[in-house]
Amino acid sequence: MHDPEKRLDASGEIGLAEDSKAKNGRLELIDVRRTFGAYNALDGIDLTVEPGEFIALLGPSGCGKSTALNCIAGLLELTGGEIRLGGRRIDELQPEARGFGMVFQSYALFPHMTIRKNVGFGLAMQGVPAAESQKRIHDALGLVRLHGQEGKLPGQLSGGQQQRVAIARAIVIRPPLVLMDEPLSNLDAKLRLEMRAEIRSIHERIGSTTIYVTHDQDEALSLADRIVVMRDGKIRQIGTPEDLYERPNHLDVADFMGFRTRMTGKVKALSGGDALVETCGATIEAQAPGDIKIGDRVAVSIRPEDLVATHEGEGVKAKVESIEYRGRAFFGMASASDGSELFFRSDRAHARGEEIVLQPLAGRVRLFREGA
Amino acid sequence: MSAVAAGSAPPSPSLRKRLAARGIDGTTLLVLPGVILTLVLFVYPCIYGVVDSLSPAKGPWYANYRIFFTDPFQYKTIAATLWLSVPVTLINVVVAIPIAFRVRLMRRQRLLTTILVLPITLGTVLVADGLLNFLGPRGWFNKTLMFFDLIEHPIRLTNNYWGVFASLIITGFPFAFLLTLSYVSGIDPAIEQAAATLGAKARQRFFKVFLPLLVPGLAITFCLSFVQAFSVFPSAILLGAPSGPTRVIAIAAYQAAFEQYNHSLGAAIAIIMGLAQLLVVVIVLGLRSLFYRGPAGGTKG
Repeated sequence: MHDPEKRLDASGEIGLAEDSKAKNGRLELIDVRRTFGAYNALDGIDLTVEPGEFIALLGPSGCGKSTALNCIAGLLELTGGEIRLGGRRIDELQPEARGFGMVFQSYALFPHMTIRKNVGFGLAMQGVPAAESQKRIHDALGLVRLHGQEGKLPGQLSGGQQQRVAIARAIVIRPPLVLMDEPLSNLDAKLRLEMRAEIRSIHERIGSTTIYVTHDQDEALSLADRIVVMRDGKIRQIGTPEDLYERPNHLDVADFMGFRTRMTGKVKALSGGDALVETCGATIEAQAPGDIKIGDRVAVSIRPEDLVATHEGEGVKAKVESIEYRGRAFFGMASASDGSELFFRSDRAHARGEEIVLQPLAGRVRLFREGA
Repeated sequence: MSAVAAGSAPPSPSLRKRLAARGIDGTTLLVLPGVILTLVLFVYPCIYGVVDSLSPAKGPWYANYRIFFTDPFQYKTIAATLWLSVPVTLINVVVAIPIAFRVRLMRRQRLLTTILVLPITLGTVLVADGLLNFLGPRGWFNKTLMFFDLIEHPIRLTNNYWGVFASLIITGFPFAFLLTLSYVSGIDPAIEQAAATLGAKARQRFFKVFLPLLVPGLAITFCLSFVQAFSVFPSAILLGAPSGPTRVIAIAAYQAAFEQYNHSLGAAIAIIMGLAQLLVVVIVLGLRSLFYRGPAGGTKG
């Protein structure tokens, strides 16, 4: 997927990743725990991140993803487990001794310093000589396309520009690890898309190991080499964006990956990886996980785009509750006879209360054991 | 302008709309009670005082001011008051900073703030009484030191400079602390975390990041605390040496107005007192303008 040689070449020209290969090592989280009183914010996290990888920690608020990031940064102490970088234990180091670059949701720029001083702060702390420091600040600001703004204060820049300064400030110190805590959530939708592409392109040019916290699955899918889905302080699934999108292994993960419809059903027949499930008065085909047996109660998950509304044929009968136009298609919600809410796609607008038949596309239905 | 000539032109907006466009509407009336109170209780007495001070019983209009500035017994009160209020204010503000930094991270802040507000509510007289008993020659403090043979004779800590000093610290500190705490809490914690991840040690984080952001708030805290301390009166009499080192300017004004019955001289001294305070406040705020004064939180776009 990535060619480290090419990446280093590309970064050589801007001089930001010169010794990143030497400094970079594998990041290992081993049974990392963090409690707040009786509350387990992190309940035994095991994760290995390879040098140069872009990892997204994805999950709803309160799942422990920011806690995990703060533990890696050293802003929170662990209550158990250890963190290693390149084999060296780092979880007992102060944050200032770790040398990681961190980008915060609130940007956390120093409001009283010019952009140049903000970006140069980490270099000044490291005692980098002035001439080299000037060059590196210049390169970093070029990377985030902010030349000409050096003398301004953060308050004089727009939100997107401020976040770029924060990124420049984090990468100018050539950190072995870049940590990003929901860096785009304060930006508007359009800017968010632009910055997303920019973050990915910066990562590809400097090749630094990056850990990116987000609650937005689109962001995680488009940015990360691997995604770590978290819930209740635990890791639910680790995989490539494609793995998670196509083969979520848990109902929570599926829920996060856009499988909005969730019905309960019973397995009628099995053949290979496919199952026939009876649900909401219909029998549908689904991909079954390995441990499912005939007669099991299961949860059936489908994405709205994979559940199509028609008026005849096999399928789940339902009554339209709401419908909205989203460009190429209509998306709506209908209720089945047992009260399940079904989210579907259609090529036309339906009236509220209209009886429709919903047909899942072949191979797009996932099954999960009840209570799993 | 003419309403008759405007017959064919679009009707001009009503008076109410024109006023509203300038920010004057029904809500504006709510400031009236405040304005009236300010006029009656502040502006009028202030002007009355100025006029009174410029109308001496005998001599030219500036006679009162000449009396004050030619009599060492009078003009030295300015130095005596500064000598008390400036160190006390500096100590209060400087000591408040580290404590506020610690308290900022505490969860039960309310209990602590309640304890700290108590001395403010007790009033200076009660504090003075307590200090007389505690720090006096036969008070607990001296008794304890003598019990442990640390001293042979009681240390004199009341009816002199140090008694007033202690009282001003006790009544002034909570005020300075609460203000400082609110300024310290107003700084986005992520800013400090960012400095830490960039390699700044605690000392560098304080001097390079926190302090520059706190300076404007500390200047305000200093001014308010200073004005409070400069107007010291009861404790200077009860705990100090009101005819000697702690003869502060408020005592001079009181004696002129209510012991010599020269209200005109009393008013002049009060105005000198106000100008002295104003001078210090202007100097401090002037210094403040050399620093960054924008918001100290995370700014959104």
